[in-house]
Amino acid sequence: MINLPRRAILRTLGISACMFAIAAAMPAGAQDRASVKIGYAISKTGGNAGGAGITTIPNYQLWVKEVNDAGGLELPDGTRLPIEVIEYDDRSSAEEVVRATERLATQDQVDFILPPWGTGFNLAVAPMFDRFGYPQLAVSSVTDKAPDFVKRWKRSFWMLGGGSDYTDALAGLLKKAIGEGKINNKIAMISVADGFGVDLVTAARPSFNEAELEVVYDVTYPVGTTDFTSMINEAAASGADTFVAFSYPPETFAITQQAQVAKFNPKVLYLGVGAAFPNFGPDLGANAEGIMSLGGIDPKNEANVAYRKRHEEVIGRAPDLWGSVVTYASLQMLQEAIKRRGLDREAVSDELSNGAFQTVLGEVKLEDNQLRTLWFGGQWQNGNFVAVAPVDREGVSEAILPKASWK
Amino acid sequence: MMKGAFVWAIFALTLAVLAAAPFFLEAYGLGLLIGLLGYVTLASAWGLFSGRTGYVSLATVAFFGVGAYAVAALNEVLPYPLVLLVAALAGLGLALAVGLSTLRLAGVYFVIFTFGLAELVRQLVTWYEINVTGTLGRYIFMDLGPEHIYWQLLALAAATLFITWRIDRSRLGLALRVIADDEVVAAHLGIDLARTKLALFALSSVIVTLVGAIQAPRWTYIEPAIVFNPTVSFLTLVMALLGGASRLWGPALGAVPLFLLFEWLSANFPNHYSILLGLLFIAIVFALPKGVFAFAEMHLKTRGGEKRIVPVEAESKP
Repeated sequence: MINLPRRAILRTLGISACMFAIAAAMPAGAQDRASVKIGYAISKTGGNAGGAGITTIPNYQLWVKEVNDAGGLELPDGTRLPIEVIEYDDRSSAEEVVRATERLATQDQVDFILPPWGTGFNLAVAPMFDRFGYPQLAVSSVTDKAPDFVKRWKRSFWMLGGGSDYTDALAGLLKKAIGEGKINNKIAMISVADGFGVDLVTAARPSFNEAELEVVYDVTYPVGTTDFTSMINEAAASGADTFVAFSYPPETFAITQQAQVAKFNPKVLYLGVGAAFPNFGPDLGANAEGIMSLGGIDPKNEANVAYRKRHEEVIGRAPDLWGSVVTYASLQMLQEAIKRRGLDREAVSDELSNGAFQTVLGEVKLEDNQLRTLWFGGQWQNGNFVAVAPVDREGVSEAILPKASWK
Repeated sequence: MMKGAFVWAIFALTLAVLAAAPFFLEAYGLGLLIGLLGYVTLASAWGLFSGRTGYVSLATVAFFGVGAYAVAALNEVLPYPLVLLVAALAGLGLALAVGLSTLRLAGVYFVIFTFGLAELVRQLVTWYEINVTGTLGRYIFMDLGPEHIYWQLLALAAATLFITWRIDRSRLGLALRVIADDEVVAAHLGIDLARTKLALFALSSVIVTLVGAIQAPRWTYIEPAIVFNPTVSFLTLVMALLGGASRLWGPALGAVPLFLLFEWLSANFPNHYSILLGLLFIAIVFALPKGVFAFAEMHLKTRGGEKRIVPVEAESKP
């Protein structure tokens, strides 16, 4: 009696192993080209869902809708094929995003794969994209190691710069303001003890040092901190004219509120993720004026203004003012590369590397597979989050310093 | 004897078929098998300790993450076999430290402690990375293809099942059965409770650590949020419970169908996955509280005749 189930189990195991092999070996069926299959695995649930739901998913949806409304993706011979989307939820798990990407490449045999959200996940799938020959337009991935990654994975493209790009741009802006006598050279800096905060603060220290700025207060706080009173008081007492917080959304809002309560009015107030959310400015009203953060847009760029309007119409809310427009631009590049070179992934990758593209960011040409002409710093001015850094790029707005006092 | 030889032959044959799988499967099939074997090993290792002692542990991901981090930290300074060895030692050290201090806790206190342990380890790693290395992510660039990861996991899974089989037939296994039934009786029989539980906890934890270490190169980049994902602990527990945590093949039997089901759900119902998963968990707890194995056995015994029902009923009496 005891042996029977065990033998039955073993038999079942054997059979299922065989079934498995057969099921996995079956070809996915011949393709009749009625559509272009585009797949992606993205964090729809779990810890990354917030970021993915703001910067990435809405832009994928918007782009697919617009392309299909126009009759589909245009191919070199002028014909159009509609996009068929295959979407998976990676549930914010690294193993899941790797397997979903394998599934897209080998089971669904999609024509192109759009990248997942986040630095870690883009790196997790990079070897997969490379092995199966898919171009990877990694947007929501801030990394200083992009040049190394391009050497390792020839078809990878890195679109949002690295931590030191942002801190160098900020240092440049501060240095200019010091030269004009608007602020002193002291900085108080706090950062969240998690990916974004750690990367940025690690990049900021040498950036500030090089620009001869003096960091007089440098504190790290754990994720989920809600009370910033003592940090704000110490920063106020430090004599620094500049207060920098490399923070995540809940803390960004908390710091904004608590700085008002404490009547803490640094001449430069630079906050982290969340300050470039579309509602940040309107919600704060006059109090948002002068607050700086990462990203920014050029309000004179009409293509971008039109994009923001379409996004609001289709998705129901405005895009964020940092990564969204870059995500959308990366999709336009893919669309244009397909139009020029067809569905051959090798040719499309080559076109993305070497071609110039007209996008919502203006004309874009990648350097060593990286997008280098980006806005690294923005400031709320008259209800718009306008680009103020790097200070030497064409189209930049002048930063208004010192920041207006809280009303 | 014949029966024993037959079982061994089947075992060896299954192993051989599975070992040859990378030559026939393409990437997705292999990826699926890697995930599957990972959970079979995790659930079996979990059952090895928790299923046999009744101490429900939610610390799986703490050890899993330690293994992954050991590989990330050392993959550029040590040859790979040594990296695995160091990872195993790290897991062993943590298990001994934790085991010595907590195996006196019983019941729900132990569950809560182990759940906290995963978070504690994650925070310690985070603290270390921020204050010492100044960066949170680590890269693992190794020339290990998926088939290498698969073979290592297969070997580890086979070893886990073999060790469990040996232990069940040893004095240790006998001692464990007494402990699970009644700790007071076990102590009176002269069984060294602390040492027995500690040995098993350490063994189980080392296996879990190795699963994390072996799988880590698949992700290229790791950070605490990625490798200390509490879902791993919960899935392991549910799989082991579904199959029957105290049986040799129970956890594996729970892991295979559940893993395939998860995969099928996430491929076909990506937007309803969480809801379906929650309903399924509830269903398992209500319908199969003692696992598929016990359910099937009880069913067979009931059909076998009146006589066999008696011991089952007697067992359930306090």
